[in-house]
Amino acid sequence: MPQQEKLQQKAKEILLEKKADVVIGYGKVETGNIGAVFITDPERTGELVWNNLCTTNLSVYLKRKEIKKLGKPCIIVKGCDAKALAVLEIENQIDRSAMTVIGVECFGVQDRCEPQYKCASCNVQLPPHCDFVIERDTKQSAPQGSRYEKLEMLDNMDSKERFEYWKQELSRCIKCYACRQNCPMCYCDVCVVDKNRPIRIDTSATLKGNFAWNILRAFHLAGRCVGCGACSAACPAGIDLDLLNLTLAKASEENFGYIAGVQRNVEPLVGTFSPDDKEEFIR
Amino acid sequence: MSSADTFEPKVIAFVCNWCTYLGADLAGTSRLEYPHNLRIIRLPCTGRIDFNLIIKAFENGADSVLVSGCHPGDCHYTSGNFHARRRWILFRELLEALGIDSQRIHFSWISAAEGTKFQKFIKEIVEKTKALGPYNEMKEIVRQANT
Repeated sequence: MPQQEKLQQKAKEILLEKKADVVIGYGKVETGNIGAVFITDPERTGELVWNNLCTTNLSVYLKRKEIKKLGKPCIIVKGCDAKALAVLEIENQIDRSAMTVIGVECFGVQDRCEPQYKCASCNVQLPPHCDFVIERDTKQSAPQGSRYEKLEMLDNMDSKERFEYWKQELSRCIKCYACRQNCPMCYCDVCVVDKNRPIRIDTSATLKGNFAWNILRAFHLAGRCVGCGACSAACPAGIDLDLLNLTLAKASEENFGYIAGVQRNVEPLVGTFSPDDKEEFIR
Repeated sequence: MSSADTFEPKVIAFVCNWCTYLGADLAGTSRLEYPHNLRIIRLPCTGRIDFNLIIKAFENGADSVLVSGCHPGDCHYTSGNFHARRRWILFRELLEALGIDSQRIHFSWISAAEGTKFQKFIKEIVEKTKALGPYNEMKEIVRQANT
């Protein structure tokens, strides 16, 4: 049976058994693209879609008030999105006992006709931490790429060149905050840039403000970003925000051996400490 | 005289209330002279030192920033400096990737009894910053934003 049909069947079952009130899944949206759909009627589960255009990380909807109102959620996740759920669980943002998670085996998704960067180093084709996993009948071998390959470009530059590169990139930022809206980890009710008493960072879309915002966004994801790439995909200016996230993910792995989203029963990386953290840079 | 000789850097120090601030106090009461380029900002704990403050200092014209607090194990709040240390380890990597000059950000542990260490370290930072010159890259960005 095709994976999509198996998925629709499972979703129907879950709604009929009243294990969940709403299924958050992929489907055709008004624009004709594949996007998020919210299905509460078991008869409408046939609208669920699963193919390689299902790029959105649906876990971002779990935090939204209007979705919470729909009741107990059942969410459909790919492997990369399942990692995001693990981090949300560690940070006490979701209650896994009050929700159902359907994982779909995934062999890569596309973004603007190109395979997404993250898929070349995917090690979660079969999603972890799920209640149900919808497998594919035909299997594919796991890709062999390295997660941090893209960072070589930055590593090959010296400090000045890197600054110039980021000046070029960030000068295009228009402060639309799409990166924040699409990030499953940005769940604060009021984001610190939206607070104005006191004003924490410059909100103007100048280089000064753009540096401040992008440093803030990246660093608030330190040790939390699971590399779903939703920020880069959402950026209308095409800034590769993933580079900053990957830098911090690599730093977390190298310094603390911590990879976000792999384990469900750990403490958050920033928020705990070890007396043995390295400190050769501190005098 | 070239401008390099007359350049007086601005150094912003974010220090914790319990150790480094008292270390600076001790340097003062012991009549240990240190360069006047330093502006000290006192915070309750190094754990309170938000990375945004460091960025903000640079935006407001700092040529160097010092972040200093209690030695590991001496924190007034038990573990504030341990938490801070972990954040700095990651934050330095981010700045490195962005090409922001990490030579201009200094970290140290200075206790309330280390007035001499404070004096020496400040002298060293100011000399180093003088050698690096003003942080023109950052100042240019700020100038653009303000015009």
